[in-house]
Amino acid sequence: MSSVSIQQLGVRMGAANILEALDLSVHEGEFLVLLGPSGCGKSTLLHSIAGLIDVDAGSIHIGGQDVTWADPKDRSIGMVFQSYALYPTMNVERNMSFGLRVAGLPKQEISRRVERASKMLQLDQLLSRKPSQLSGGQRQRVAIGRALVREAQVFLFDEPLSNLDAKLRTELRRELKQLHRELGATMIYVTHDQVEAMTLASRVAVMRGGHIQQIGAPGEVYAKPANMFVAGFLGSPTMNFIRGRLGEVSRTGVRFHAGAFEATLPHEVFVNRPPLNAEVVLGVRPEHITLMPASEASPGAQVTLVEPMGSHQVVWLDMQGQRIAASINLPEPPELGSSTGVVMDLTRACAFNPATQERL
Amino acid sequence: MSAVIHTPGMPTALPAARRPRSLLRPARIGIYAFLIVSAAFFLLPLYVMLITSVKPMEEIRLGHLFALPMKMTLEPWAQAWFTVCTGLQCEGIRGGFWNSVSIVVPSTIVSIFFGALNGYALSFWRPKFGNGMFLVLLMGAFVPYQVVMFPLVRAFATMSLFGTLPGIVLIHTIFGMPVMTLLFRNYYTTVPRELFMAARIDGGGFWRIFMQLMLPMSLPIIVVAIIMQVTGIWNDFILGLVFAGREHLPMTVQLNNVINTTTGERLYNVNMAATLLTSLVPLLIYLVSGRWFVRGIAAGAVKG
Repeated sequence: MSSVSIQQLGVRMGAANILEALDLSVHEGEFLVLLGPSGCGKSTLLHSIAGLIDVDAGSIHIGGQDVTWADPKDRSIGMVFQSYALYPTMNVERNMSFGLRVAGLPKQEISRRVERASKMLQLDQLLSRKPSQLSGGQRQRVAIGRALVREAQVFLFDEPLSNLDAKLRTELRRELKQLHRELGATMIYVTHDQVEAMTLASRVAVMRGGHIQQIGAPGEVYAKPANMFVAGFLGSPTMNFIRGRLGEVSRTGVRFHAGAFEATLPHEVFVNRPPLNAEVVLGVRPEHITLMPASEASPGAQVTLVEPMGSHQVVWLDMQGQRIAASINLPEPPELGSSTGVVMDLTRACAFNPATQERL
Repeated sequence: MSAVIHTPGMPTALPAARRPRSLLRPARIGIYAFLIVSAAFFLLPLYVMLITSVKPMEEIRLGHLFALPMKMTLEPWAQAWFTVCTGLQCEGIRGGFWNSVSIVVPSTIVSIFFGALNGYALSFWRPKFGNGMFLVLLMGAFVPYQVVMFPLVRAFATMSLFGTLPGIVLIHTIFGMPVMTLLFRNYYTTVPRELFMAARIDGGGFWRIFMQLMLPMSLPIIVVAIIMQVTGIWNDFILGLVFAGREHLPMTVQLNNVINTTTGERLYNVNMAATLLTSLVPLLIYLVSGRWFVRGIAAGAVKG
């Protein structure tokens, strides 16, 4: 049984359909990340799970109970917001205990829960501070603590790390993952940051235009994207797309032509039977490209730009009119303007239908 | 401010050259002259009132309006407070002072409470037709009092509220509602909506979020609202005259009675003292809360 199950959900705002006939089930104890560009409906989906907006169609079940029309407080959820949303006039302790006091819990129970959460998040020294006396990272910890003390079945996170600087973001990301392992609770996490999605998720749901494009384990979504949008959204720099045409089929694979560039695509690239002589888009990840000294065997390319990343370099190439990014790790990056040979690991490439953008 | 100009040949060890700051540059003199003249222009009436109020009548009869008093006396102030005639009674305007206090205090509290409540409901709960209702309420700010005066008198008489203290408090609350609602609505739209959402998830209902979260956060705007309402209601004349009833006539109405009832000689010094006493409360608020007051005026810019 799934912890959160959403059926045929529809949300409208004025004339615009934000979500339409959306199905999603989140398993017990899972860390599900909703990933997508802004305006894709991921926050709307989260808010409708939380009960902060009214839905127009469909149903939402949490822990087997129909909560489609339940009040937010009766859904057994805890939520963390991007802007922290701490109550400015209350100190940390009262911020965390507000919900428990509203629920009328006995005093000992409240202080037990607050103590436990503040220990977990290293907030025990800060309990009497006001939010304005805390740093960004501390504020977000308090916001997480406020969700924790509710001992909810499901925790919802709405871009919780977006307001933090890069270093703190990495730190809190690790802490969140640790927290999920300790609690084992179901978590739904909204973000537009693919790194957060890849590192935190048990499963990622990539969204666009109010629809879930693909849902699966992060590695699977990354390696086998369902369409060009998912392929392009995950990974940095993004996947290289090379437009071309399929040729004759042999035992080793299918021939692929893109201008002067020719290659043989192994059969495992294709999910379905490849359409013959059709236009296709070949998708190759930058890290699956290696550079070789220019020779007859490999297609040649010019180096147009090198971005040193510290641990690796991103090399931008002009391969017979196609702009290609390669992520390589060489002691000496290639010189600008030099020509180089390109070797692609085509067993890990993807092919897409240029018209439907779906994977072939 | 100091402007440093580095010329290539200049030794860098020189201390940064300060711009000569002379108070006697022509532009400065002009500015100060203008400021002093305008200040004098606006302070002159106050000066005349003050010195007239401490002069005995013999000196006033001499007609030297701007002359300082030769023999200072506080007698007119005592007279104005204790014995001057406001209509038929001759008990001074102290009664009016307390009447005004008993009108201003509840009116201010009630109108701010409901203004805040309206603003809170409009910006966070977004009821259906909320914007339409707000528009209608705002239009109320532009309706001249004279138009609604008679219907209101009739309505209040029917409810036997006419001429009672609750009646005048209700009147001030009603007339304060558009501006108070606008003030608080605009303030609450600057509060992040996520805060409200967090409180909803924590189980807060309409009243709990208002009383425990939003009201404590509203202190800055409440101060502005208090300033606006206290000065506005204290200075009110027409509503107090019509609705307060004989028992609760505010100080402004009694002051008018003092100045307009003339039996024999006009006691200018007493009149001036009574006027100064009446304007003491708004004057104090001006002086104590200048910064907040400007904010209040800016916030309520729809109504002068």
